[in-house]
Amino acid sequence: MGQTTVVDVNNLSRSFHGKRALDGVSFSATAGHVHGLVGANGAGKTTLLKHLLGLLRAATGSVRVFGLDPVRDPVRVLGRVGYLSEERELPEWMRVDELMAYTQAFHPTWDETYARQMLESFALDPSKKIRELSKGMRAQAGLIAAVAHRPELLILDEPSSGLDVAVRRDILDAIVRTVADDGRTVIFSSHLLDEVERMSDHVTMMDYGRVTLSGVLDDVRRGYQRSHVRFVEHFDQPPVLATALAMEGGGRSWIVVHSGSIEQFHHSVLALGGEVVESRDATLEEIFLARTGRNRQQVEAA
Amino acid sequence: MDITINLTDGVPIYRQIVNQVKYLVASGLLLPGEELPPIRTLALQLKVTPNTIVKAYGELEISGVVHKRQGSGTFVSEVRQQLALRERRRIIEQRIDGLLAEAHQLNFSGDDILRMLRERKAAMDAEADAEPAEVKKK
Repeated sequence: MGQTTVVDVNNLSRSFHGKRALDGVSFSATAGHVHGLVGANGAGKTTLLKHLLGLLRAATGSVRVFGLDPVRDPVRVLGRVGYLSEERELPEWMRVDELMAYTQAFHPTWDETYARQMLESFALDPSKKIRELSKGMRAQAGLIAAVAHRPELLILDEPSSGLDVAVRRDILDAIVRTVADDGRTVIFSSHLLDEVERMSDHVTMMDYGRVTLSGVLDDVRRGYQRSHVRFVEHFDQPPVLATALAMEGGGRSWIVVHSGSIEQFHHSVLALGGEVVESRDATLEEIFLARTGRNRQQVEAA
Repeated sequence: MDITINLTDGVPIYRQIVNQVKYLVASGLLLPGEELPPIRTLALQLKVTPNTIVKAYGELEISGVVHKRQGSGTFVSEVRQQLALRERRRIIEQRIDGLLAEAHQLNFSGDDILRMLRERKAAMDAEADAEPAEVKKK
């Protein structure tokens, strides 16, 4: 696995109408890997991705894609990038085959066989107008337009949003092919954490315009534990435990997501007359909920 | 290859693949010399990043379960016997740990569990004697 840097974002900040959308974001993507981007709505994922595409200019900080500035060098950057957004901004008046020809015109590397295979496997009617397509078919048409030129970097912004399982699988397949075929790079944002956990080599978590967590997925996961704790005493409020990030439960039985020293955690459980019944590595979803503080119990307690 | 990924128990995906391939080999469902699916194929089947399969196959190779043949694929190795015992032990010990944890939760002692195991085994043996055993398949 090479460690060539494809995307390098440094200390990027951005405000819209005085509201901070990105706050000192640094992010990098290495070649041949899938980079998952997670965060609640409004966390800044789309704004970050739009900077990579040169759709937004870096006000503070820097953005480099293939070592180039995507705003100053859009042709050289975008020719090597495939992009599919949640909104799927496709020209409504075009027919599917016209969309293909139109996209092909921008990309000398367009793989016609691959495009045709995908059209057939999706059973898309080339003579249909984009505006006549269902939501799933639009996503499929957008996906072909995003990957048929075999981009070195594929950027997907919430590609699965609002789609049924079958189309979501088509999108995941396209991600696998992009990486497996010749070590190209994928960045995708998603609120479906199981999808991110399956597909990502690296994961970056964003919250309120900041990067709260970033790293190799397996390393990130190893840093968090989920433990079932039982106490002799009954607690109406979540007991205060060292290294605990989020708690759910009640009375004598609590499920705790914690990070850092396991020993310290066990000590603080013991100190309150409890015992750790069971521990395991936390799932990405558990980490996400604990880190974004959107855990219901925490919100209530706050 | 029949592999299931479970995202609820916190076990890394590559490790789940390693464990299940070892299980398939240990139980004879994958035979020595048999080829594992190509990385791309298994990644598409499981809907996981191909690098996870690379990592899993790499780990299986290090532990001697499989070997790569140049220019072709990944194959199950011959040294199944000794490894099978170790793996079989490990698999069953995991189950025992789970059983003991659950027993503890439900207030059964270790001795209770031993007694219940013997009873269940006796009951199963009696059943097996009553009706001719079917060929077991997974």
